[in-house]
Amino acid sequence: MRLKSATAIAGLGITKQGKVYEHNQVGFAIEAIKLALDDAGLTRADLDGVLLNPGLSWTDGGMGAFGLQQAMGLHNLRLAHTMNAGGATAGAMIHQAVEAIATGMATTVACVFSDAPLKPPAPKAEGKSSGSAAAYAFGRGLEAAYGQFGVNAMYALVAQRHMHLYGTTNDHLGAIAVAERQWANKNPQAQFYDTPMTLDDYRRSRWIVEPFRLFDCCLVSNGGVAVIVTSAERARDLKRPPVYIWGMGQGHPGGDPSETLTSGAPLAKEQAFTMAGITLGDIDVVELYDCYTFTVLVCLEDYGFCKKGEGGPFAADGKLAPGGALPVNTGGGQLSSFYMWGMTPVSEGVIQIRGDGGARQVPDAKVALVSGNGGILSTHSTLVLANEP
Amino acid sequence: MSAYTKPIPVITPEMRPFYDAAKRHELVVQHCSGCGAHRFPARGICSHCLSPESSWVKVSGEGEVFSFNVMHQIYHPGFATEVPYAVVVVKLAEGAKITSNLVGVKPHDITIGMPVRVMFEDIIEHVTLPKFRSVE
Repeated sequence: MRLKSATAIAGLGITKQGKVYEHNQVGFAIEAIKLALDDAGLTRADLDGVLLNPGLSWTDGGMGAFGLQQAMGLHNLRLAHTMNAGGATAGAMIHQAVEAIATGMATTVACVFSDAPLKPPAPKAEGKSSGSAAAYAFGRGLEAAYGQFGVNAMYALVAQRHMHLYGTTNDHLGAIAVAERQWANKNPQAQFYDTPMTLDDYRRSRWIVEPFRLFDCCLVSNGGVAVIVTSAERARDLKRPPVYIWGMGQGHPGGDPSETLTSGAPLAKEQAFTMAGITLGDIDVVELYDCYTFTVLVCLEDYGFCKKGEGGPFAADGKLAPGGALPVNTGGGQLSSFYMWGMTPVSEGVIQIRGDGGARQVPDAKVALVSGNGGILSTHSTLVLANEP
Repeated sequence: MSAYTKPIPVITPEMRPFYDAAKRHELVVQHCSGCGAHRFPARGICSHCLSPESSWVKVSGEGEVFSFNVMHQIYHPGFATEVPYAVVVVKLAEGAKITSNLVGVKPHDITIGMPVRVMFEDIIEHVTLPKFRSVE
């Protein structure tokens, strides 16, 4: 079965993002799906599939996609799953939607991520953000006894090895943070819209866990993002230009990332690029999962934009920024726009391929590489999106 | 001695041999009966050869810093007066890795590859934590 361009993304919904408190996580998911349906010119009666990636704040007794189904009054589902492949989940949800549609098991699938970990400021502000509290929950007994808490600390161990082996510096990471901020400054939906940052600002930002400063770490955001996947044939009759899914792949290498310093991108890329029939040179825009500046650096290496170990110097000369030779994370990414896990890179890929990027639109963007990674480089997904079949 | 304020690890059945040995000021890791690999922390089945058979063996306590980070945020009140402090991953001479702290070395003097040797800190009556010292 030929999967290239069998399906397309026909609708995109992005709620308000960041310190917004209108909804809980279920409400943000419903609003995002409604926006995506409106965008496509569809109604909820058209949906026969819903795939959910719940964020940190979903505590609905494990009902997940079925709780969402009840809350949204979706009565004709033939496909409903709650999925978790870490930061690779958005890609994995779209893969599953494509497979269901291509095999006739579903026709129109909403893929959604939402989260609401931020609480409104209390009258007497005290303590740290909820990000810290959530991270603390990851602390395992023995590691916590030594003061190791949260995901930041685990990624930092991998980054420190990269710095040791390859001479990667904080200024290399800072260049990625600055480039993404420049993109965010052109994105009205970004939490850091119109808020410039220089490399000196980066150098002055506080340490979180060395080698990561504040601006090496992604945002914490309330909100939701959804896409509607349907057959390419049907997408052509809908409201917006279809964003064709040319290729997809997943790569979950397991193992110890601090040994390999390599993500699942090589594995995921092989399948996705073969399906799409492309090479790196065909890609116009790159949307990478940036939970940290460091993961952008590693993925630039792992996709082959530069050699292993050379990600630092590669990123440092401005080519990722607006006007650069390799536009990366053109909405500001999760570092400067909003943190909707893998749906941040997916949504920006759709925007660029449709030509909806406004001030940040990359001219003639025809093919987008969209990737997701999670589990400290142990899960990965790749999508290739394009503006023609 | 004032009350111990840092997190105290829960002694699970599968990790009990490690804590019992630490109380005797010995460092032990799991040794796979199938392929001979050393591993830590405890795992019921070897990820290399899938053998369920293993034993706990005493190791030399020698190793080197494989990686480290420096924690600047206070995630737990027990560490409030210590930030910034370093967490190290030590690669033992026998191959297994263990997360720990380096005693007597300032965070910014830690380097990857630094040779280290185990020492023991009796934190409360029933729990002793293996930590490491530089042997440079």
